[in-house]
Amino acid sequence: MTTWIFSEEINDAPTASALEATSAARSWDNTINVLHVGKGSKESFAQLGDHGAHRIYHLDPRDSLPSSPAAAALENLVGSESSDLILFGSGNTDRDVAGRLSIKLGAPVLANATAVSINDRIEVKNSILGGVLEVTTVPSGVGPTIVIARPKAFTAETGADITPQILTVDLPDTGHAGSATVISRHIETVKGPDLEAADIVVSGGRGLGDADKFDLINRLASLLNGAVGATRAVVDAGWVPYSYQVGQTGKTVKPSLYIAVGISGAMQHLVGMKDSSTIIAINKDPDAPIFSVSDLGIVGDLHQVIPALAEALEDRI
Amino acid sequence: MRVAVCVKQIPDPATPYEFDSNNHLIVRPEDQVLDDTDRYGVELGLQLSQASEGTTTLVSMSPSGSMQGIRQALSMGADKAVIVDDENLRGADAASTALILAKVIEREGFDLVVAGTESTDGYTGVVPQQIAELLGIPALTFARHVEIVNGSVRIDRQTSSGYDIVEASLPALITVTAGAVEPRYPTFKGIMEAKKKPVEVLDCAALDVEPIIGQQIVSINPVAAREAGRIIEDDSSGYLEIIKLLEKIKVI
Repeated sequence: MTTWIFSEEINDAPTASALEATSAARSWDNTINVLHVGKGSKESFAQLGDHGAHRIYHLDPRDSLPSSPAAAALENLVGSESSDLILFGSGNTDRDVAGRLSIKLGAPVLANATAVSINDRIEVKNSILGGVLEVTTVPSGVGPTIVIARPKAFTAETGADITPQILTVDLPDTGHAGSATVISRHIETVKGPDLEAADIVVSGGRGLGDADKFDLINRLASLLNGAVGATRAVVDAGWVPYSYQVGQTGKTVKPSLYIAVGISGAMQHLVGMKDSSTIIAINKDPDAPIFSVSDLGIVGDLHQVIPALAEALEDRI
Repeated sequence: MRVAVCVKQIPDPATPYEFDSNNHLIVRPEDQVLDDTDRYGVELGLQLSQASEGTTTLVSMSPSGSMQGIRQALSMGADKAVIVDDENLRGADAASTALILAKVIEREGFDLVVAGTESTDGYTGVVPQQIAELLGIPALTFARHVEIVNGSVRIDRQTSSGYDIVEASLPALITVTAGAVEPRYPTFKGIMEAKKKPVEVLDCAALDVEPIIGQQIVSINPVAAREAGRIIEDDSSGYLEIIKLLEKIKVI
């Protein structure tokens, strides 16, 4: 069995999930292969090597949407006869490539993995229903297996000190399926610390009432030097961009402190934040599920509690 | 334009899910609702087909039950529904779902396939891409804005740091994120009309496909619940409790 990791270059760096998966694979595989899609910066290759990659297959998709060509490249590299493990993160391109590859290889997709163990077989754990139940799944046939890992399923570890071999992969022609073209790229800047890396996260939900009130969240986050998050309801309502969304279809965060303001705690939100070290929730509904995962729950009017808290914090600075 | 919209009926997410201890599968009640994430796909499909005097066909694979969820989507304005319901599909994985849906879509004829990004209950999140691969068409995924330009589909594709504008000629598949469009509420007229719209129910034999079981669940275990901490009623000093905890964990 050979382990393959999918990596996409974003801002001259490999995806965090690729570095995490490469680190984890060191515990079960001596030779780790990476398919790295993007421009291919020296920094990316060096980082992958430092996390444990031995061979990096580099595919530059240029203006093509990478999903179809990347899946075709992996199909050629892995082969449907192998018993290889192909690890993806939960990013959008990861899921695009994994889906297409599974059809090409006839391989199952074990998604939302929170842990992978390799003994005499590949075993994947994932949690469902907002983390209430843990499911263990195994592939039932022979052949390659595709695993899509949740963010932070593994811990990134540097220090492998490998100078990886770089092999260039020609852009495969996949016909109409691969004809989607990227016309332009747009970066939307988010103020404050990066949500996924932040040590403190303050998130707002529909309980805030209306879009203007989201300023309460911004102010509290800025006082604590934390990142700002939001529930899907708030993102759907257009109060804040999608990049703020924490939960099943958004980001997964594990900060040391998570403050949930006006958030009821739907399963889909809990799955993205319940592993935070300390959780504080403020909500007017005493039965809100968010309180079941909170270290401290304040049942009350957030429009009283948050301004009072912000003032008290301001006095201390 | 002929638009095929993939939809799923799921148990109401507001009710607790039950599992069958024999096969580890979700127990599906007679009444299932339309997956909330699919409302965006239905709305977009309706907008695009109505702008071109085309058709919107719903395709679905799930126990049909009372068809409550399918009727919900029809009452928004879709023209017809084809649903695949077969005992042998219980526990079928994402690839089987994609294989079945692709067969139905091919049979119905299409210019554009629309799907949500992932279902709320299973959330594997790869079925649309698998359908695109089976149909040999481009998949423009995670769209937060969609338009048709000179016979091509152009989307704003959500990325981790912003968005890319991506374009492909038809036929193609798109997946839409919540917020791409504002789903309409069914009107009374829509609800009445939905009762008369054609709903075709097929089994695997009718499509000449065999489900693939590529993986199996070996166990489901409850996770040790996180202990709930202290819950207090705010008597206008609640913020002080927060300050105390912030001090204790050395945030301030």
